[in-house]
Amino acid sequence: MGQTTFIVGLDGSDAGARALAFAKDRAKAAGDCKIVICYVIEWSPFTFQTAEENAQRHKRRENEIAMAHERVLDPALTSAKAEGFDIEGIVRHGDAADIIDALARERDAKQIMIGRVGTKGLKARIFGGVAGRLATTATVPVTIIP
Amino acid sequence: MLRLHHFVATLFACLLPGLASAQELATVNERVNQLFADYTGWYVGFIFAPLPGTDFSWIALWLVVGAVVFTIYFGAIQFSGFIHSIRLVKGDYSDPNDAGEVSHFQALATALSGTVGLGNIAGVAVAVSIGGAGATFWMIVAGLFGMATKFTECTLGVKYRNEYPDGSVSGGPMYYMVKGFKELGLPLGGAMAVLFSVFTILGALGGGNMFQANQAHAQISNVVGDYPGWITGLVLAVLTFAVIAGGLKSIARVTEKIVPFMGIFYVLVSVVILIMNYDQIIWAFGQIFVGAFTGLGIVGGFTGALIQGFRRAAFSNEAGIGSAAIAHSAVRTKEPVSEGYVALLEPFIDTVVICTMTALVIVISGVLAQDPQTGLYIWNAELGRITTEGDVGGVALTSAAYATAFSWFPVLLMVAVVLFAFSTMISWSYYGLKAWTYLFGEGQTKELIFKFIFCVFIVIGAAASLDPVIDFSDAMLFSMAIVNIIALYFLMPIVKRELHSYRSRLKSGKIVKTADQT
Repeated sequence: MGQTTFIVGLDGSDAGARALAFAKDRAKAAGDCKIVICYVIEWSPFTFQTAEENAQRHKRRENEIAMAHERVLDPALTSAKAEGFDIEGIVRHGDAADIIDALARERDAKQIMIGRVGTKGLKARIFGGVAGRLATTATVPVTIIP
Repeated sequence: MLRLHHFVATLFACLLPGLASAQELATVNERVNQLFADYTGWYVGFIFAPLPGTDFSWIALWLVVGAVVFTIYFGAIQFSGFIHSIRLVKGDYSDPNDAGEVSHFQALATALSGTVGLGNIAGVAVAVSIGGAGATFWMIVAGLFGMATKFTECTLGVKYRNEYPDGSVSGGPMYYMVKGFKELGLPLGGAMAVLFSVFTILGALGGGNMFQANQAHAQISNVVGDYPGWITGLVLAVLTFAVIAGGLKSIARVTEKIVPFMGIFYVLVSVVILIMNYDQIIWAFGQIFVGAFTGLGIVGGFTGALIQGFRRAAFSNEAGIGSAAIAHSAVRTKEPVSEGYVALLEPFIDTVVICTMTALVIVISGVLAQDPQTGLYIWNAELGRITTEGDVGGVALTSAAYATAFSWFPVLLMVAVVLFAFSTMISWSYYGLKAWTYLFGEGQTKELIFKFIFCVFIVIGAAASLDPVIDFSDAMLFSMAIVNIIALYFLMPIVKRELHSYRSRLKSGKIVKTADQT
């Protein structure tokens, strides 16, 4: 049997940290297992920006990615590696639910683990939060950590 | 921030004493007006000089010939590539690894926010009130041809942009003039780039600034009552200065988000008015078609309608002017041609859709006076245009036309016009700044000087009366087109080479839709 892959959605919140803890627990039980933690920067190609923002966009994107690594992924990766886990960190721009599901398919993951965060804002109220949307649309099993 | 406060204080200090000492505020307007006519009249005269023995201005011919040449040279790309353009904007061919970068849609939307605005509202009213309904026909024709020009300039804009080590980009005609000419071993690329930059700075101060301020004031005073233009100018100048120099990006961001919805709402209202008058749509198209070839009694007849249509289309969609090449060059793509495809949608949305909507509503509303016996327009020789309801022109005419269906529309139009004007000013301040830094180099003080001058011109534009401002702004924009189109003629073989390569890779399956990649 090949290596099992878990995808964990991380957003810097306590719920995200609990999802990672749960994934570690499952990974220990599974044996040969890889954990892929993913931080999604919410972004849409259909927004409106000024010409100046466009000219600076590439630079800002690099900064956003560096910041996500520095603040969220790297601390999690360091401690998980110290504990002996096979773990990888990925930062992507886009819609969190779509990106996490696409990543799960890309890596042939067995499961997605994500923290439940209270729905905020109008968009989340109408379309549901990331966890809710993944639960209804994901192509692999999803575990939502309260 | 201290620097900002200092400049705002200087701005007030420069403007207020002179304005306050003027007992008659109207005199200030007249003085500015006179100054304007005295100093810019000769140049405006040169730009709009008619061809010998005709009343057709050489500059209109210049733009049209350019657009026709590009249309033929690229095999009517605006029609053959239209569907592909839409697919590109939808993101069908976008690399998922480029998520977070500037998308095709964003580059298009940004460029559109610099063009969709007063040209579509006030400019169309000016064209129709001078050129009659027939001007609309020529506006659509010019818009369709202009799509090929936009394709050419924006492909080059992306191909020859500068990408700096920090990840920021700078592009536009000045860069393709220098790099493209060098690649072909041609001389004078640098000189053309300098000339283009000078015209861009003046165009930014004219069409991208004074015309906007002028029409914003016209619309506000049309709704709330007459008051001196410099007040509107000063408020807009301070707001613009706060955004472009003071880092109040939140205002710019809010404007950028509201403006597209205003544009969509404007089109929707137009569609509703057309549906309400569905029985007159065929008649209106008849007026547009007949007027296009006869003029329906306007001065200059057929050519009068044609000139007005072409002038307004060029002023509205800016095809051939070169400004769009600056805006589009920030896109993230490895294929310059793909941005050319996207850019060709701009004149279509701006002119063929939005301008036509305005023109149809004006024609259907009946605000243009026609002789009931002959069906010809009643010409007002004193004002040099068709007699209109309430004797109004420009944005006030559009306002009156829409008010025939919805009495609340002038208030909404006032908000839309001010926002459109503001967003166009911010876009053009960027185009002007790019030309300024191309000439003088980058640096905080140098950039602040331009931004300060830009804001002073907002006040002048709002205080001056319509005609000198509109003529000056047209003249500056068209001057950009003179240099830009010469460059495009020399560089179009490069675009053709790129297009062939792109198309063959599209055909062979090397370029595939993102969804088909897996």
